[in-house]
Amino acid sequence: MPLAHQPSTVPVTVDAEKCIADKGCTVCVDVCPLDVLRISDLTGKAHMKYDECWYCMPCETDCPTGAVTVQIPYLLR
Amino acid sequence: MGQDAIQDATSEVACDVLVIGGGTAGPMAALKAKLRNPAARVILLEKANVKRSGAISMGMDGLNNAVIPGYATPEQYTKEITIANDGICDQAPVYKYAERCFEIIQELDRFGIRFQRDGNGDYDVKKVHHLGTYVLPMPNGDTVKKALYRQLRKAQVLISNRFMATRLLNAPDGAAAGAVAVNTRTAEFLVIRAKAVILCLGAAGRLGLPHSGYLWGTYENAANSGDGYAMAYHAGAGLANLECFQINPLIKDYNGPACAYVAGPFGAYTANSAGNRFIECDYWSGQMMQEFYNELQSGNGPVFLKLDHLHADTVSEIETILHKVERPSRGRFHENRGTDYRQRMVEMHISEVGFCSGHSASGVFVDEFARTTVPGLYSAGDMANVPHNYMLGAFTNGAVAGEHAIDRAGEIDLPEIDAEAVARERARVLAPTRREDGIPPNQIEYKTRRFVNDYLQPPKVTAKMEIGQRRFAEIREDLETRMVARDSHELMRALEASSILDCAEMAAHASLYRTESRWGLYHNRTDFPEKNDAEWFCHTILRKVDGRMVSEKRPVTPYIVPIEAEERGAYDRQRVRRQA
Repeated sequence: MPLAHQPSTVPVTVDAEKCIADKGCTVCVDVCPLDVLRISDLTGKAHMKYDECWYCMPCETDCPTGAVTVQIPYLLR
Repeated sequence: MGQDAIQDATSEVACDVLVIGGGTAGPMAALKAKLRNPAARVILLEKANVKRSGAISMGMDGLNNAVIPGYATPEQYTKEITIANDGICDQAPVYKYAERCFEIIQELDRFGIRFQRDGNGDYDVKKVHHLGTYVLPMPNGDTVKKALYRQLRKAQVLISNRFMATRLLNAPDGAAAGAVAVNTRTAEFLVIRAKAVILCLGAAGRLGLPHSGYLWGTYENAANSGDGYAMAYHAGAGLANLECFQINPLIKDYNGPACAYVAGPFGAYTANSAGNRFIECDYWSGQMMQEFYNELQSGNGPVFLKLDHLHADTVSEIETILHKVERPSRGRFHENRGTDYRQRMVEMHISEVGFCSGHSASGVFVDEFARTTVPGLYSAGDMANVPHNYMLGAFTNGAVAGEHAIDRAGEIDLPEIDAEAVARERARVLAPTRREDGIPPNQIEYKTRRFVNDYLQPPKVTAKMEIGQRRFAEIREDLETRMVARDSHELMRALEASSILDCAEMAAHASLYRTESRWGLYHNRTDFPEKNDAEWFCHTILRKVDGRMVSEKRPVTPYIVPIEAEERGAYDRQRVRRQA
């Protein structure tokens, strides 16, 4: 398909050391209003799959291990 | 099956009351319906997750419109909102809200949401509006959604998360009969039959494009893409005064509230670049926004929120509120730029345009029972046109809708639905997934929203809006024939792009219909610069008739709270008058 991909630096980052998604946790994925987080099939950790962020913070606030950090999207920073 | 892969499945369920949208009004509607008839099946459908969805995803700092005995009366409040909305107001729903909201405050209190009290134990209500006193802080406002969720679980409301409703279903007699929804992670279809449907899908917040160019950097929760407005339109409901856009004064770039309602009572205010006040009152109204716009365009611009004259301890107190609830990431935004409220004013700007009755008056027409013009279809919250309704209005009118809808459901049989309409909707929804190649939803959306800015943003100009309509028609052709969605997530975005385009066309149509200026900046038409009460002291109602968009006038229902002639212009006098 003739669709190009534009790179963007994502506002939500996950500390793989702290993330316990590989133990079955899906809290950040569950609470995101825009549904932009997923658990990676490769690493078993949460990551931002779609750069569609309202920088609203439930993912960071509700994460039980403090693994998630929300930054302001670069275009707004 | 990979993540977000499209699965081919359809299921059907039936219920008494279907509530669509689990943000603020929706949970209260579902709860009240279920509590009134615990034997009934009440479904709460939500595109995201009820735990953290909607405008109050991260809670709220306070009530902006609390009518509390001893501080304000329903008469005073109804009068203030009528004047703030330039007279175009059916007072019955506003008055009913004002009478009922204190009971809802007490109920929220019982849910564990605390409200600020003074040393005597009385509610600590603040004055922010032009005339009356209605603002009540919520010290643990970050817990609102959790408190609501507990009540929903306790009452055993059936919650379906990650289902996006796409169209309402009409019974043979036109009444609401349910909805079609699609799962946002699997594209599975769900047909929900219902005796009554309550629309609580929030504002159309992804209509204009923010100045940052980031599609998701909106004032409203970016999930609020106007799906409710689009669904109401296609079901034949009337939408009122859509030309009365929502435009808000915000922190520039961050695009969140500044937030004068919180900081104002502590002594902060909106100022120009010289640090001087230029508006009498920071309460959001179209008239205030016009002065804000004028100042931005003038040599005194831009506009700022001024706190740098306050004591450092006061600023700290404000920060603990602003950086904890509603849009808590604003602290991080200021930190990145080295902005300290104590030392520097905060640059402000005006938001992108949208539809929202919570702050202005653009919404689905409802009466004092939250009934739309379609039998069995109700609406509450930001998308229902009870003006300046805010969060407490969503809760209160959600309660009204839930109670009325469950009573209706007790009186009728489950309406018939049209299997062909379901099949047609299924084909429409899945069309972007059947294409191998085409235009992705984000480009359709970006282009629509850029043209909303270019052609519909006030000051509104007739010839520009007509060009906008032509551009929207071209985008519609692309959307219907070339848009492609490669997985379930993109399909959700594709459906949202469709809602956004519907709203853009409604915004243009409604704005062209009202050939006068009203509501300050919200409907400032440069080629019709005057308010024209002789011809336009009325609602405009936009509807779909025989597949076409039409607008008509609807008289304002005679006032139940009279407004004296000299009171009517109170909100027109926003600009600080020169000192002699």
